[in-house]
Amino acid sequence: MSAPQDFDLEAKSALKRFGTHTAVDSLSFGVKRGSFFSILGPSGCGKTTLLRMIAGFIEPDGGDIEIGGRSQRGVAPNRRSVNMVFQQLALFPMMSVGENVAYGLARRGVGRAERDSKVRAMLERVGLPGAESKRTDELSGGQRQRVAIARSLVLEPTLLLLDEPLGALDLKLRERMKIELKQLQAAFGTTFVYITHDQSEALVLSDQVAVMNAGRFEQVGSPQELYYSPATPFVAGFVGANNRIEGRVSAVHGALVDVATPEGWVVRAQTQTGPDGRKPGVGDAASAFVRPEVAVLGRSAAELDLPPAAAPAPVHEGVVESLLFDGANSAVLLRETKTRAEFRVALPQTGRYADLKVDERVVFSFAPERAVCFATGGHG
Amino acid sequence: MMAMLTRRAAALAALAALLSLGVLPGVAMAQGTLRIITWADYVPADVAAQFTKETGIKVEVTLSNNEEMISKLRATRGAGFDIAQPSQDRILGPQQEFGIYKPIDLTKVKVDLIQPDLLATVRRNATVGGKLYALPYVWGAEGMVVNTQRTKVADYLDLCRSDLKGRTSVRLRRPTLMAFAFAMGKDPFALYGDPKAYSALMDQIGARLIACKPNFRFFFDNRDQLLNGMRSGELHAAMMWDSGGWKLARENPAIQFIAPKSGALGWLDTYTLPARGKNEAAVYAWINFTLRPEIAARIAKNIGNFSAAKGAEPLTDPKLRAQFAESFPRGFKDVRWYPAIPPGLEEIEGRVLDRIKAAK
Amino acid sequence: MVEASGTLTRRLLLWLLLAPALVWLLGLILLPHLDLALLSFRERTGPGEYAYSLAQYRTFFAEPLYWDVFVRTAVISLIATAITLLIAFPIAWTIAKLTQGRVSALLFAVCLIPFWVSETVRTLGWMILLRETGVLPGVLVSLGVTDAPVEMLYRDATILVGLVYTSLLFMVVPLYSSLESLDDSLIEAAYDLGGNGWTVLRTIVIPHAAPGITAGCIVVFMLTLGNYLTASLLGGKNSLWFTEQIYTQFITRFNWEQGAAFGFLLLLLSSLMVWIGLRLSGQKFADVMSRS
Repeated sequence: MSAPQDFDLEAKSALKRFGTHTAVDSLSFGVKRGSFFSILGPSGCGKTTLLRMIAGFIEPDGGDIEIGGRSQRGVAPNRRSVNMVFQQLALFPMMSVGENVAYGLARRGVGRAERDSKVRAMLERVGLPGAESKRTDELSGGQRQRVAIARSLVLEPTLLLLDEPLGALDLKLRERMKIELKQLQAAFGTTFVYITHDQSEALVLSDQVAVMNAGRFEQVGSPQELYYSPATPFVAGFVGANNRIEGRVSAVHGALVDVATPEGWVVRAQTQTGPDGRKPGVGDAASAFVRPEVAVLGRSAAELDLPPAAAPAPVHEGVVESLLFDGANSAVLLRETKTRAEFRVALPQTGRYADLKVDERVVFSFAPERAVCFATGGHG
Repeated sequence: MMAMLTRRAAALAALAALLSLGVLPGVAMAQGTLRIITWADYVPADVAAQFTKETGIKVEVTLSNNEEMISKLRATRGAGFDIAQPSQDRILGPQQEFGIYKPIDLTKVKVDLIQPDLLATVRRNATVGGKLYALPYVWGAEGMVVNTQRTKVADYLDLCRSDLKGRTSVRLRRPTLMAFAFAMGKDPFALYGDPKAYSALMDQIGARLIACKPNFRFFFDNRDQLLNGMRSGELHAAMMWDSGGWKLARENPAIQFIAPKSGALGWLDTYTLPARGKNEAAVYAWINFTLRPEIAARIAKNIGNFSAAKGAEPLTDPKLRAQFAESFPRGFKDVRWYPAIPPGLEEIEGRVLDRIKAAK
Repeated sequence: MVEASGTLTRRLLLWLLLAPALVWLLGLILLPHLDLALLSFRERTGPGEYAYSLAQYRTFFAEPLYWDVFVRTAVISLIATAITLLIAFPIAWTIAKLTQGRVSALLFAVCLIPFWVSETVRTLGWMILLRETGVLPGVLVSLGVTDAPVEMLYRDATILVGLVYTSLLFMVVPLYSSLESLDDSLIEAAYDLGGNGWTVLRTIVIPHAAPGITAGCIVVFMLTLGNYLTASLLGGKNSLWFTEQIYTQFITRFNWEQGAAFGFLLLLLSSLMVWIGLRLSGQKFADVMSRS
């Protein structure tokens, strides 16, 4: 655990209610200096409220938020060493690019000459040299985003907050801007707090990701931890693609359990301690999560190319329901033969099985150690 | 409001007339509409209704004042109305200048129903190129109203007394200039032919009124504004014409209408025929109808003044006659009639009036 | 051939569609103004005789009275416009940014109330309220603020009150529409970058609302400049409003020539003011008009 002084941002039981709805439910967390921290969650999970609380637009109902080790209680947004990149970027349309970037400096009373040189240097650093006199509507989406970031970073804030800035961009540009954002953050070394509902953005960009749901963090960890060791069914379902198989535990084999669906399909997975600290036992309602790329496919059991494992993996039979071609992310949607349960398997990148036909009979399998199972309800 | 009521009454009357057409054959029919531009109260609704019943002619009334009547007729070059009722002194100038009226055909008028001395006054003042352009309708006099509980006044200059600061009112119009001229012992009418001397006199009167301005609470534009001022007690004395003064006196005995010592100025409103009026048959029917003694008396009572019709006087409200006798103990001798205004004089007066208005 | 006749029909249709507007412009605006323009360059030389001259305009400049009234009207109109802007801005801001739905509609309705009655009734209402024997002086006496009822009518301040009251809506509407289109995140961004209430207003809100402000000011200025009833009734014996001068010249003096000249001078003044206003605020006429 890091010492508190290493945190640029620390929330201590931060609480915000709107009427009877608790938007942010006594959250405590810390963001390490110089890191890229993402808050990932579906819309309505409270992430925007949390961000606005950090920025100072919303006063918490309880708890405290500390920035750079100082309590921000009663500190107005214009007095916090935090700056924000807004969802629609909020560039000032009545000003040129240079004036936009100089805005905060001017508010601090920085002299014109110093302002100009800082603006010039900042625009160069974000790859827009000489753009001072351009109008903001002459810029492309990516350039506008760089101006919005430059406008904030020129003030050298302790913390830069980003409110889904990529949301409005088209896919191609979004992919490029992801890389650019990461590079900018690395180059400036400023702590970024980034909120998004897009798990791919969070995974690609972040050092740490907090998965937020209903006002609480479900899990905070590195992208790898979230992906491979989800702490809750919500994280397992929300981060990355996953097959979810719901049923009851029919047998326990050490760390592995069998989950039987009501239709009678049985899959084997590794048990996980759920958010309530319980591991599923026999008869418990449980959900198993299997990532499509964990499963392997074959026309026959002999073809299945499973990684070596302690226990042999059960083999399932299925019928091709549809083919989902998406280049490197291609997958096939199967139905388990007996129970008609849906299951998605990633196609190998080698192009093997590209000739699969709908209704073709196949077999599939996955290593139970790489599938996870959570207790989801009461004992039954 | 008045205009609306009158118009609605006229419309109802017209409807009644139309209905009676089928039922009562043999009623004299001079069809059509008669459009009159006149002062408030000058065409009582019941009189118009009776006229419509007798003749089938609808009466449309538009309310106005001297200046507006002339301006409207000037704008249309004498069209839009069949009868207008300006004051007798305001006919000659506009007629010479704009030619907005047509001569009266006296053969179609029952002239013997008109008071001869009033007809003579009109003949003197409204004859252009040997032709007569107006007939007398109603007359009255201008004097002062005073709240006797608050103060005492005898002449117009008393309105400028220092103890009446902010408590008096006059109209910012030419009658005020004339009245103050007489009160100052001058005779503006004698200078009508000499614009230079007239201009000098007006300057003198303007200066007097400017000196008096702090005494005027406001310059009133219409009768009701003044009546309200007197009723509320905001005004203690003001220039006013007789009917308004008597009306106040009837409501509140403390308020009296008095003729100023320097003499009351008499006004006389007329019938005139706009140059491009249409329904001439209806016009003469109306004139003769309203000259009938009992009709004329009803009109006079409605206005609160005196009719120019000969037979109307004995029928006039005795209370009104008593008030007249009280205000004008010497009868007509106290009344001075306005002579016709030669063109150009009103420009001189206008400049003086503007100066009074602008003075601080 | 077919195509040619098609274009012809289309062009004919265009003219037909434009016809009402053209008739209105030509017949009801342009022609009367041309007539007035000609009239203003005439001088009466004798009964019913006229000659072309600049006498009417000379009178205006030679007689300090008219010039004074003219300047006074312009100055009071400017002050009224400024006060209206100052009062309307918070109202428009409240409607556009702080309230929603019902409350906004209610606030709009409050601004509309003065227009439910005619200007005459409205002005007479003010007179009843403010006259010496009226409501407000009575209240002031009973509250012990003044010993005797004070006449509140017939003062310049009274005229201003009446003018501002009448004009408020015409300022609120364009302000509202320009403020409403201001993205809240711009304001937040400005705060976030260190702005305070005043600098955000100056650097973000006002520049954004400039077309609306200019439009509102132009409309209100023109309305007050051309106002007749409020100024003359509430102003009383000292009202001295230029439109009153024009009315007097036309109606009571029968001096159409002078009245026409005054009318043109007023038109000139308002055009000049609009032009100055646009120059000062750096707005384009078309932009501003599309806002109002």
